[in-house]
Amino acid sequence: MRTIATYNIKGGVGKTATAVNLGYLASRDDLRVLLWDLDPQAAATFLLRIKPRVKGGGSALIKGSRELDEAIRGTDFEGLDLLPADFTFRNLDLMLDATKKPTQRLARLLRPLAGAYDMVFLDCPPGISLLSESVLHAADTVLVPLIPTTLSIRTLEQLTEFLSGFAGHTPQLLAFFSMIDRRKRLHREIAERLPAERPDVAKTAIPALSQIEQMAVRRAPVPAFAPRGLAARSYASLWEEVRARAL
Amino acid sequence: MTGVGVVVLTLPQDFVLGDGLEPAPEELQAALEPRFSVVRAGRSRTVRRTWLDTFDWRLHRAGLTLELVTGRGHGQLVLTAAGGERLTEPANGVRWPALATALPPGPVRARLADITEERALLPAVRVVSSVASLRARNADDKTVAWLTVDSSAAAPSRARLPPRLTVAPVRGYQAQADRIAAMLARVSGVEPVRAPQLDAALAAVGRHPGDYTGKIDVELTAGMPARLAVAALLLRLLGTLEANVAGTVRDTDTEFLHDLRVAVRRTRSALKLAGSALPGGLAAEFGPEFKWLGDATTPTRDLDVYLLGYPEMAASLSSATPAELAPFHDYLVARREQERQRLVRALRSRRFQTLATSWRDALTGLTAPRRGGPGKGGTAKGGTAKGGTAEKLASVVIRKAHRRVLTLGGSITDGSPSERLHDLRKRCKELRYALEFFASLCDPAGHQQAVRELKDLQDVLGRFQDCQVQQHEIRQIAAAMGAAGQVPVTALLAMGDLSAQIGRAERRARRQFAARFGEFASDAGRQRFRSLTPGGRP
Repeated sequence: MRTIATYNIKGGVGKTATAVNLGYLASRDDLRVLLWDLDPQAAATFLLRIKPRVKGGGSALIKGSRELDEAIRGTDFEGLDLLPADFTFRNLDLMLDATKKPTQRLARLLRPLAGAYDMVFLDCPPGISLLSESVLHAADTVLVPLIPTTLSIRTLEQLTEFLSGFAGHTPQLLAFFSMIDRRKRLHREIAERLPAERPDVAKTAIPALSQIEQMAVRRAPVPAFAPRGLAARSYASLWEEVRARAL
Repeated sequence: MTGVGVVVLTLPQDFVLGDGLEPAPEELQAALEPRFSVVRAGRSRTVRRTWLDTFDWRLHRAGLTLELVTGRGHGQLVLTAAGGERLTEPANGVRWPALATALPPGPVRARLADITEERALLPAVRVVSSVASLRARNADDKTVAWLTVDSSAAAPSRARLPPRLTVAPVRGYQAQADRIAAMLARVSGVEPVRAPQLDAALAAVGRHPGDYTGKIDVELTAGMPARLAVAALLLRLLGTLEANVAGTVRDTDTEFLHDLRVAVRRTRSALKLAGSALPGGLAAEFGPEFKWLGDATTPTRDLDVYLLGYPEMAASLSSATPAELAPFHDYLVARREQERQRLVRALRSRRFQTLATSWRDALTGLTAPRRGGPGKGGTAKGGTAKGGTAEKLASVVIRKAHRRVLTLGGSITDGSPSERLHDLRKRCKELRYALEFFASLCDPAGHQQAVRELKDLQDVLGRFQDCQVQQHEIRQIAAAMGAAGQVPVTALLAMGDLSAQIGRAERRARRQFAARFGEFASDAGRQRFRSLTPGGRP
């Protein structure tokens, strides 16, 4: 089982859209996929039409009094299951803090699912917290959507430095440009330059497209409702790169 | 929907649809409104289903059905229990027939292994289905259940089966799927499934579940002529024998040969014990041919017994390791293959074909209705059994076989040679077969108890005999391996260790004999045998 986290310190950069679309594309490749929505905003849960509710809340999951397995829901797509978000996830930091070895906790909770899934996507809330640290420890690959701005690239450097301090298991980092506006020269320049300079930046960039915004209206992954559009093709290309590196 | 290949326990509900009722989505929608909506999920697809069971229907008898579902390049095993619980697991790359141990590790294999044991899973019937999938969605337009309408035809006859509707919950939505199933059950023409689809598929090809059993399930009546009773029993045994030829030749699993061999032994015992009820010369004519056939099966079966018990034997070594015994195992496997080839030649020979055909002709000639009174073999000339009834024959045969066991067993002491115990084992087998032949004429409770007591005695004698045969084999094989050269000393030492283990088991069985025989020959036991048939009761 491989674990891929979509993560960025900044919010609104396309983490959830990436997790949902790549999770769907992975399931189309006959992988058994679980998407865990760790964000109390429950955007991934909403997009997949599932109620944002976990019996016993986040506390039961983190303490282990309720198995992750029991909270999993099937989505409308064969091969893609979801562990929904719950509003109590806003306190996951505090819940983790109350456990032993909090940074290892998520990896430990996921271990029993290894026989049932080939791939787990962790959709994380923004920020740097105990939860994000636990996610980074659990992940094999960290996917970082970046908006091509100077400040955004600075966060990638901060994250790289943070991961370099990890002892033992260190996840592979893979950044990619998201929400690119081709009309902006800065966006074009950075999106062309950085993948050539840094091997941890994917060649595929996801444009800012209304089809991606439509996900919230259609409540489905882009390739499910617009399989031939530019957005679906872009995610398919990103998935190819992620798959080649992560598997 | 759950992930491809995820092992999930779900509780789907199946319905059978009345003639011509293959509902359109709108009809299903009407039944589920306003709570749920129904939409088509893609085009219909073709799915191939193969039901698997052991030749002797062990899964069916355990209340289980196992389906191999293939479509879109995937193979999936679906194990369904009588209560409706369903386990699914991927099964790509398995070649059928297969032992349960050849399946991918997981809950399905774990559930099956203890039931099928040494029997292979093999296709019982195949169907080709056109499956239309529909989504049942709740008020949030979330798919909560998959509705599938399945129109199937048995292969290769193409006989159509009644269409089925299945409501399968999406993971985490069992309660809503149950509600949907309850609403659909109220639609006219939609009936809950009362029997697995396997039954309908088998019926379409002229079969039924459990249509093979190695047991002698011939219902005799007390007043029927003894000649007809014996012919009916022998015809049943011939059916069993013939049913197991193909599996023995293909080496599908070891139990085909076992059942074939038992059918031959039973036939020989029936000819010996009750052959006098048949027209003159029939038993004498066919007896030697069945002895030839029985002898042809012996070497392979002895090696099968050896190999089936091998893991346990290897684990019981005291001074050697199982790895050191490996050359012995390889030798057994190679010898078994040689012996099996000989057996296959015998089963494909003209001699065997002639035996089977002429034996069937002779027996059917006896059971066929005759014009103008008694025909071939019908004239009773002397002999108690020949002109008597089945009940009288049963009484005579069981009493005689019982008396032989008591006489021989009673004369065996701690110092008697092993051959006496082997003879007793054969007499016990004859008595056991006699009890099986005439079970339908015996008092059921007394019969059950008598068989149980006899079986206890047979178990001890069987262990003793197996140990002796195996000890003898080890010595012979060691000599043959030594003569062929290149046998590691460690292997010979391990075989010596094994021989000692078997020797201890043999002595244990011999010590247990006196007590077991004492129980069998007690006054209560004798009385039970006397009371088994009305003819034997005081």
